[in-house]
Amino acid sequence: MDLFSNKQNLLSKIAINDGHGENSPYFDGWKAYDSNPFHPTKNPDGVIQMGLAENQLCFDLITEWIKEHPEASICTNEGVDEFKDIAIFQDYHGLPAFRNAVAKFMGRVRGDKVTFDPNNIVMSGGATGAAETISFCLADPGDAFLVPSPYYPAFDRDIRWRTGVQLVPVTCESSNCFTLSLTALEVAYTKAHEAGIKVKGLFINNPSNPLGTILDRKTLTGIVRFVNEKNIHLVCDEIYAATVFSQPDFISISEILEEEVDCNKDLVHILYSLSKDMGLPGFRVGIIYSYNKQVISCARKMSSFGLVSTQTQHVIASLLSDDGFVERFITESAKRLAFRHKTLTDGLSSIGISSLKSNAGLFFWMDLRRLLKEPTEEEEMKLWRIIINEVKLNVSPGSSFHCSEPGWFRVCFANMDDETMEVALQRIRHFVQEDKVVEVPVKKPKWKNNLRLSFSSLKCEDAMMTPCVMTPNSPLPHSPLVRAV
Amino acid sequence: MAIEIEQQPSVGLSKIAVSDTHGEDSPYFAGWKAYDENPYHESNNPDGVIQMGLAENQVSFDLLEKYLEQHSEASNWGRGTGISAFRENALYQDYHGLETFRKAMASFMEKIRGGRAKFDPNRVVLTAGATAANELLTFILADPGDALLVPTPYYPGFDRDIRWRTGVKIVPIHTDSKNNFRITRQALEEAYSKAQSQNIKVRGVLITNPSNPLGAAVEKTVLEDILEFVTCKNIHLVSDEIYSGSVFCPNEFVSVAEILHARNYKDAERVHIVYSLSKDLGLPGFRVGTIYSYNDKVVTTARRMSSFSLVSSQTQHLLASMLSDTKFTDNYIKTNRERLRKRYEFIIEGLRKSGIECLKGNAGLFCWMNLSPYLDTPTREGELAIWDSIMHEVKLNISPGSSCHCSEPGWFRVCFANMSQQTLEVALKRLHDFMEKRKIEKSLLL
Repeated sequence: MDLFSNKQNLLSKIAINDGHGENSPYFDGWKAYDSNPFHPTKNPDGVIQMGLAENQLCFDLITEWIKEHPEASICTNEGVDEFKDIAIFQDYHGLPAFRNAVAKFMGRVRGDKVTFDPNNIVMSGGATGAAETISFCLADPGDAFLVPSPYYPAFDRDIRWRTGVQLVPVTCESSNCFTLSLTALEVAYTKAHEAGIKVKGLFINNPSNPLGTILDRKTLTGIVRFVNEKNIHLVCDEIYAATVFSQPDFISISEILEEEVDCNKDLVHILYSLSKDMGLPGFRVGIIYSYNKQVISCARKMSSFGLVSTQTQHVIASLLSDDGFVERFITESAKRLAFRHKTLTDGLSSIGISSLKSNAGLFFWMDLRRLLKEPTEEEEMKLWRIIINEVKLNVSPGSSFHCSEPGWFRVCFANMDDETMEVALQRIRHFVQEDKVVEVPVKKPKWKNNLRLSFSSLKCEDAMMTPCVMTPNSPLPHSPLVRAV
Repeated sequence: MAIEIEQQPSVGLSKIAVSDTHGEDSPYFAGWKAYDENPYHESNNPDGVIQMGLAENQVSFDLLEKYLEQHSEASNWGRGTGISAFRENALYQDYHGLETFRKAMASFMEKIRGGRAKFDPNRVVLTAGATAANELLTFILADPGDALLVPTPYYPGFDRDIRWRTGVKIVPIHTDSKNNFRITRQALEEAYSKAQSQNIKVRGVLITNPSNPLGAAVEKTVLEDILEFVTCKNIHLVSDEIYSGSVFCPNEFVSVAEILHARNYKDAERVHIVYSLSKDLGLPGFRVGTIYSYNDKVVTTARRMSSFSLVSSQTQHLLASMLSDTKFTDNYIKTNRERLRKRYEFIIEGLRKSGIECLKGNAGLFCWMNLSPYLDTPTREGELAIWDSIMHEVKLNISPGSSCHCSEPGWFRVCFANMSQQTLEVALKRLHDFMEKRKIEKSLLL
């Protein structure tokens, strides 16, 4: 008899390891917010959440549509006749109306420059499920994907945790505005190859989280040629496609495929979701769109593990088939995002804080390098703790995105109302202008102690915060931000 | 001059992608194909294939529809559909799941068990269907190459859910018709030893209670045996109780939760229950599954993993209302049981009249039919031969026991809850005629 007395051995290696990503120190920001959330009247000194990439700007448009279309819900008197058929439908192809509507919407978001075939659409449990599923389809345990850094932190979990696949970062640098250099790609590929790592593909996020920038035609074409040459896959996460709010226009990989006659389309796969463009993360609408029939077939079988609720498929099918609504939504959403972005970045710029020039996403990439004592990750974390505890803003430090240069922070702007945004801006102004932090000239590494960091920086270093219980992706159910209309 | 065309090297996919562990290349899909190509319809296609291979519960939809008609606010995110209520729901992606929903789920599970067990809403982990729940638990409890012991016959989908992406194996626990396919201590030990002899590490036992495909609840003494066995081997027990609300007589179902409750949860950390609303409530499209674990680490890890397959917040909201309405749930559970029981008795009687016996069942959406006396040869080939006739001549899609890994040929799972009463009558008549024809043919041969 084989008795295991150690309880740890009772669970799998995957269950015991850190692949879930929640033991990271970055959760301290979430903890600070969760324990002291801002509310305009009840808690005006609380922490403002600027670490959550949510799109809360256009719920009025969606709610208005829902009120006008009770038949879209299977639970209203107008729609209940369809309840049974919808509730029983568990075919992993998804409701035809849903696939058609999503394909049409994806085309519309790309200015109708390309069309998408509904038969190539596969459902997944949100983009989270999509990223994991595509990894299961394309790579074996130990294989790797190249991924430009800085990148979305949860890729570490989504692409690696249960799959055993590795990520090899391709460093992007501020010296060329964090654009993805084809040289850097080649170097990363070669290095991995020399280290005996089998690279199965390149994973890009366009528009980029956390940068808020889009890839230009030249880079995209270069990427396509690169993957063709190496015969590796290209996964393009286009989850922020409809958040492009100013020029230049978004160019989807799908457009490049139409232009590049020599491209092997079997290599290309697009991930999508309605969580960011439409602000519906709770509905778990994830999509894998592939040009590879084998991948479509495999991913579809795997989608059994993360299908979209047919109740949700049904309402989304109605919503997205309404051309008038879609047109209004895309236009208005872009307008509102542009306004937010401009207000915040102009406001910061007027007090000497610059950010990376961007035209997409629900966030911008703020440059606080000159506020660091030294250009190190340690100093970045110190500054971050000050921002959380003194300025009371939860922003995300660049190191959480694997950024190679310290001092950059991602600031989300679409998950709050206008008033809260003004408060946030004021707090930053106050913080910078009140000499609480003195600007550090980057070229003098021996700068000492004139940098009067707030006394509370000591406090926060002492307080070892335990990992937050809540997922980083969610507001508390009773989050005052949600209630602040 | 020959023109050289450079062949594109084929693009590699993963080993998982090219394997056939997803199970869809199995010959049993011929039945589904036959149905898809020629589906029965009362008026439009009365000679089509009747689907009896799909374990769906369609007998109680009217109760759900009536509820919705009377409670339209359940879907409207609160009276007057304010922006904030919709927004709150649409934004809610917390993997803990809506508290109201978890509470409603826990209380529904308690009701099904007649209050003989208590469920803590904080131990309820939500997943997109039981399919996701079973795979997720396997990822947590076993490493690639390890095994779970599963009694045969079992739900064919386990081959995919437990094994495909996880790399975990299934080692069968054989059961025998001679003792009504009961799981015995001996069979448990034999399965365990077999795994050991192949150097396979056993991490747990997975049972379905009530059983699919047997349509019978697992007896209390058997459950106690299994608990003793897993404790002794220091392994896990996963009890998939997806059909727990479909037991015809409430006192005939004992959940492992009740046994643990009676023991004050001593040594309960190795036990995990899977549930779903796909069968009891007939809502497979909504993808509502749950893992209930007595092990804190499993709960935490399962919750984190559920990020890959969360339940739509829209659906959570709707069902939270419905399942918190005790008047509705009391009536639903009672009525649903009654209707299933009536269907079951009807089909058993009908089959008996045709000379066909079934395993004595007391739960589920199907019966376990014994055609072994009618096989030409007592082999898998014999079983598939008669299955083929039933599919193409009788035009019924039923599931052969070999698709469920039954070790004895001749048994078939026949679903009865996914059709109208009239359709069931048509199916029984066809089978009756088929059996009569065979009797005559056999007697002519003598």
